[in-house]
Amino acid sequence: MNEWIQDDGTLPILVAQDLGHRFDRPGSTDGHWALRDASLALYPGEVLAIVGESGSGKSTLLRTLAGRLTPTQGRVLYRERSGRVVDVHACAERERRVLARTEWGFVEQHAHEGLRMAVSAGANIGERLMGRGERHYGRLRETAERWMARVELDTARIDDVPRAFSGGMRQRLQIARNLVTCPRLVLMDEPTSGLDVSVQARLLDLIRLLVGRLHLSAIVVTHDLGVARLLAHRTLVMRQGRIVEQGLTDRVFDDPQHPYTQLLVASVVNA
Amino acid sequence: MTAGYNFAYLDEGTKRMIRRALLKAVAVPGHQVPFGSREMPLAYGWGTGGIQVTAAVIGAADVLKVIDQGSDDTTNAVNIRRFFARTTGVATTERTAEASIIQTRHRIPERPLVEGQILVYQVPQPEPLYKLEPRRTETRKLHGFAEYGLMNVKLYEDIAQWGRIDVSYDYPVRVHGRHVMSPSPIPAFDNPKMHQMPALQLFGAGREKRLYAIPPYTDVHSLDFEDHPFRIEPQGHACVLCGCTTSFKDEVPMDDGSTQWTCSDTDHCRSVQAGHEAEAV
Repeated sequence: MNEWIQDDGTLPILVAQDLGHRFDRPGSTDGHWALRDASLALYPGEVLAIVGESGSGKSTLLRTLAGRLTPTQGRVLYRERSGRVVDVHACAERERRVLARTEWGFVEQHAHEGLRMAVSAGANIGERLMGRGERHYGRLRETAERWMARVELDTARIDDVPRAFSGGMRQRLQIARNLVTCPRLVLMDEPTSGLDVSVQARLLDLIRLLVGRLHLSAIVVTHDLGVARLLAHRTLVMRQGRIVEQGLTDRVFDDPQHPYTQLLVASVVNA
Repeated sequence: MTAGYNFAYLDEGTKRMIRRALLKAVAVPGHQVPFGSREMPLAYGWGTGGIQVTAAVIGAADVLKVIDQGSDDTTNAVNIRRFFARTTGVATTERTAEASIIQTRHRIPERPLVEGQILVYQVPQPEPLYKLEPRRTETRKLHGFAEYGLMNVKLYEDIAQWGRIDVSYDYPVRVHGRHVMSPSPIPAFDNPKMHQMPALQLFGAGREKRLYAIPPYTDVHSLDFEDHPFRIEPQGHACVLCGCTTSFKDEVPMDDGSTQWTCSDTDHCRSVQAGHEAEAV
């Protein structure tokens, strides 16, 4: 871990070492390995896509990286803004929660899981700021309006509840809510699935823009190779809980090495 | 004193258990301490938590006052007062100044309390985050890690919708700069009285099986925003009986459809009237 101490901007901000997760049936220890021997590194400003079919362990990997699921094996190391390295699963829950609401963002597949549906858009965006101790209503409101504009939401709807928003708008709101504290790492679980193609295209555009401007590092889980191709610098292919191939996105899709990746690429239907 | 009952109805073991929980509650101001709430001879919602706390701390030399909505002569107050008179034989009073223990529902007496007095609140819902986060496992963590951003989300919503914080009772407070606490359904009007109060304040929620406390001389601040500070909405009425303009008023509907405003604290109203009579003589 010594090589982590000097940071010249080229060290990874997140490293996973031999992650494994086994879902045990109650009372037994011979459960199902949803994730095995997963190792990866994420560098500052990089977008990493995790692709694979349903049940391949993509979401398990993401939730383990996010500290939401305790791995059966391996560890996740995260480099804080200050340069300090924390073991995400070994640190106290309090510290993990502070990280999750200051340095990380998590965009859920279903916006209603990541939003408070009963409170207004403005309060949704302001919640993380209030959690950090912001106690000035005027400033909160200003920030909420600025972020609504940034994610191309109508600022006149700041007092509307997300229930009144369309699917695409909810997803934008969820992104604003996560980015308002300027996180360094954003994890996204299928952010565009369930949206129609034109809305999807605009959302992808927005994500690409924000990630570039804010110099975020991001991990995007998707089953849509097009999303990976558009957003990600690097892509990682999973199958049956294992990472079968990883590399630059263009290389993985143009010159797939593993038979499964070849199958995946060949399965894409061209419109 | 009715024969056949232990002093103050509860058995000694139970009283000791409640006192132990109260000690912990006093040591961690505003923190909700679980306790083994007992079946009481009245229904939940009528003050079973407050009665158990009073039963645990009352002694033969105490003088008890019980108020409900500020009044000594409503059903709830009369019955609880009689309950303790019958099971302990202690003296009861309607005067705030003479009481050593005051059990209350929905009000803090107008007359400032002094050292040595104990104010016991009846609490229906001890969890201030309950309406925002229904999971108890989660609210315990939010209290444990002092993550109170959620509380301000509610206040933000009020200002966005109504232009002001629209909480007229059970206004959440932060105790000793740490725990956010529900003050029980007292009007926001009474919140400032809790700050640096010389008396000991104990809270009991019977159905929810929780106790909490504010020791004497503790900081109690109502939550607010820097640009929307906590303030009391003036009621703008004078009491028709005593003429007091500074106390909390009840609106009383009259037969002819009009309303009258009277002091909610009957002891305060009586003493102000007595003061007027003394001046007249």
